[in-house]
Amino acid sequence: MLKGKTAIITGGSRGIGAAVTYKLASLGANVAVIYAGNNVAAENVCNQCKDDFGVEARAYVCNVSDFDAVKKTVSEIKKDFGSAQILINNAGITKDGLVVMMKEDDFDKVIDTNLKGSFNMIRHCIPLFLRSSEGCIVNISSVSGLMGNVGQSNYSASKAGLIGLTKSVAKEYASKGIRCNAVAPGFIKSDMTESHAENPLLSMIPLGKMGEVQDVAEAVAYLVGAKYVTGEVLRVDGGIAM
Amino acid sequence: MYFDAIAKVISERTGRDVADIKPENTFTELGIDSLDTVDLLMSLEDEIGVEIELDQKVETVADLDKFIQSKVQG
Repeated sequence: MLKGKTAIITGGSRGIGAAVTYKLASLGANVAVIYAGNNVAAENVCNQCKDDFGVEARAYVCNVSDFDAVKKTVSEIKKDFGSAQILINNAGITKDGLVVMMKEDDFDKVIDTNLKGSFNMIRHCIPLFLRSSEGCIVNISSVSGLMGNVGQSNYSASKAGLIGLTKSVAKEYASKGIRCNAVAPGFIKSDMTESHAENPLLSMIPLGKMGEVQDVAEAVAYLVGAKYVTGEVLRVDGGIAM
Repeated sequence: MYFDAIAKVISERTGRDVADIKPENTFTELGIDSLDTVDLLMSLEDEIGVEIELDQKVETVADLDKFIQSKVQG
C-alpha cells in the first residue's frame, strides 16, 4: 500500500511512535525515524523494519522544538530518501503538575516540543509535499486536548493546539493534495502513561481497559490511507471522550 | 535580473502572453494567490537551478525578482 513512499515519524524510537513506524514499514513505506536521545532504541526500530519488511530505515537525532535543527534534519532526509510524502508528528513530552505549582519552564517545554515541534516539522516538510503534489500529515494529539485533564494544563493546551494546527493546515493545503489529520489517543499503555496505570479515570473508559500502542498505529495507518479524509480528529480512547 | 524567468513561469501557469506581464503587476492581478506563489517559486527553482525558500509575502513580480536576487546573493 505504501511501497515507494517515505514516512517521517517524530518520537519514533519508543512507545506509540515505534509502533507507528513499524506499522507503516509493514505497509511498505520507507521510514525516517526522528528521535531525541535514545539512539539504541531508534536504531533497533530501524533494524527491525529493515529486517522484517526490507524497507529503507534511518534514524535522525533532532530536537523538534529547534526550528533550524528541524530544517537541517528534513534536508538530510530529503538527501537520503529523495523526498517524503508522509509525516507523523508524534514527539511529545509531559511535565505534569497543578497550575498553581507549575513552573513557567515546565509549561514552555511541553508547548515547545508538542505543539511548536509539530509546527516546525510541518513547516519544513510542506515544501517536499508541494513538490510531490501529495502529502499526508497525522498529528498525534490526545483526549486530554479534547477534555482537559487535572495536572496536565500544559499538555492539554499543547494537544488542543495541535487540533487547531491540524485543521488550519488541512484547510490551507487541501487544494494542493495535502491532507492533515489528528489521532487523539486516550489511555494507552506506554512508558509515558506508566504513572497513570492506577488512574481513577480508568473506570470511566467504556471499553473498560487501556489501549495498546498498536491500536493507535492502526488508526494512523487508516488516516494515511484514507484519501478523502482531511481535518479529522480520530479518537482512539475506548470511548472515554464521547 | 530574474524577471524573464518569472514571466515565463507565470505565462506557463496562467496562459498570459509573456509580453503582457510587467514588473509592477501584482500576483493578485495575474490571478495567482499566495499559495500559488509558493508553487510558482518551486517552478522557478527548477528554471534557474537554485533552491529558494519563500519566507515572506511578495506582492508584485518585481518584489519576487528582488527577493530571489537577495536570496541568491545572500
